Amino acid sequence: MTENKEVLIEVKNLKKSFGSLEVLKGIDLQVEKGEVVAVIGPSGSGKSTFLRCINRLDEPDGGEIIFEGSDICGKDADINAIRQKIGMVFQQFNLFNHLSILENITIGPTMVKGEDEKSAQEKALKLLKRVGLEDKAEEYPSRLSGGQKQRIAIVRALAMDPDVMLFDEPTSALDPEMVGEVLEVMKDLADDGMTMLVVTHEMGFAQKVANRVIFMDGGYIQEEGTPDKVFGSPENPRTQDFLSKVLNTI
Amino acid sequence: MVDIFLNYYDYFLVGARTTVLISLITVFFGFILGCLISFMKLSKNKLLHGFAGIYVTVIRGTPMLVQLYIVYLQTDFIPFPETTVLGVALDRALPCAIALSINSSAYVAEVIRSGIQAVDSGQGEAARSLGMTKKQAMLHIIMPQAIKNILPAIGNEFITMIKETSIIQYLGVGDIMYNNGIVITNTYNPLPCYYISAIIYLVLTSVLGKGINIFERRLQRSDRK
Repeated sequence: MTENKEVLIEVKNLKKSFGSLEVLKGIDLQVEKGEVVAVIGPSGSGKSTFLRCINRLDEPDGGEIIFEGSDICGKDADINAIRQKIGMVFQQFNLFNHLSILENITIGPTMVKGEDEKSAQEKALKLLKRVGLEDKAEEYPSRLSGGQKQRIAIVRALAMDPDVMLFDEPTSALDPEMVGEVLEVMKDLADDGMTMLVVTHEMGFAQKVANRVIFMDGGYIQEEGTPDKVFGSPENPRTQDFLSKVLNTI
Repeated sequence: MVDIFLNYYDYFLVGARTTVLISLITVFFGFILGCLISFMKLSKNKLLHGFAGIYVTVIRGTPMLVQLYIVYLQTDFIPFPETTVLGVALDRALPCAIALSINSSAYVAEVIRSGIQAVDSGQGEAARSLGMTKKQAMLHIIMPQAIKNILPAIGNEFITMIKETSIIQYLGVGDIMYNNGIVITNTYNPLPCYYISAIIYLVLTSVLGKGINIFERRLQRSDRK
């Protein structure tokens, strides 16, 4: 990360409450282009909310989010245009059930970006091939396994040519034997230089693939650093406590 | 019972035609009005949302017969045409159709609202995360899935309406029950007449129910190709 440091996302003092429950109490974070940031922490620590604020699926209550130089919460920010640049992958996949796999992938580029049907389909097939699912193009989501669905969901987001990909616990709803195939695709993406923000419980992935690990708890970032530092010698007692619980199971 | 039917079947059949006709009109306008009400109810505008809520509560909380008389008396300033179409006196049938449509719309509105809300919220979120506008997400992602929940329920509303229209006899509209009354006064034998009417209603609703079943199966098939 030493050569050119281009900041893609800058989060300043981000706050978010649901009713009287304050979920994010002031988050500051910079993500550079090409960086893979893993966000870990206990349930209810605000990890997912933080991620969902970055494309305003949850509307922030305070602070700033600067994406590619402009505030996405600004008065004249066109959130629909910004979202085209921010891909998102959900825990529950959220494939469009009434559309075929191919249509799931092409609907974004054709409807939102105005690409023509044919080139969108070609691109979709190429991406499907990349995740090894080119034979599923005409299937419907209900016929796929969880791992296949999630790989398709990643492809659907990639088809928009985003500048950053947000992953909201992408493997938490999967059967254990399907986690690997999804992580593989994500690692492949990371190796390809995609900027990624990954909320995850997969400590192995955070350790091996991420450039930086962020530990969140109680609405704040408690600790951040390289995987070696956060996993090897965590300073914050809360991080130590969390890691000892998740790493030493049985 | 058989000879009463053989002697007076044209009364019953004309009545059945009126019943089906009024039900169709009611379901059609009830659906359009119901769409409007459900969109109001789903809207974030507090005024629209509040109005729709009160509308549904009032309509569902009062008897249809009362609504029928209120609409009939309340609209007497409107000069409805005094002609008859297919044996139906419009000046009486139109207020009935209005009252029944209003009644139906409250139920249809709830069917549509719950049909839309039954679509997983993740579907809309995924659509928005791709950069779709609210309208695009509603039109291309949520509605096509909601329709599969809604249409069969609208069919059931149609069946309900066929039965419920029997109250329009009180305003002298020539439906099945009105003609049933005429046959009773001619024969002085009410019980077989009611049996005949019951059978006609049953035939209408069963045929319709079968049709809806077939339609429903088609929808499901298209879902899981």
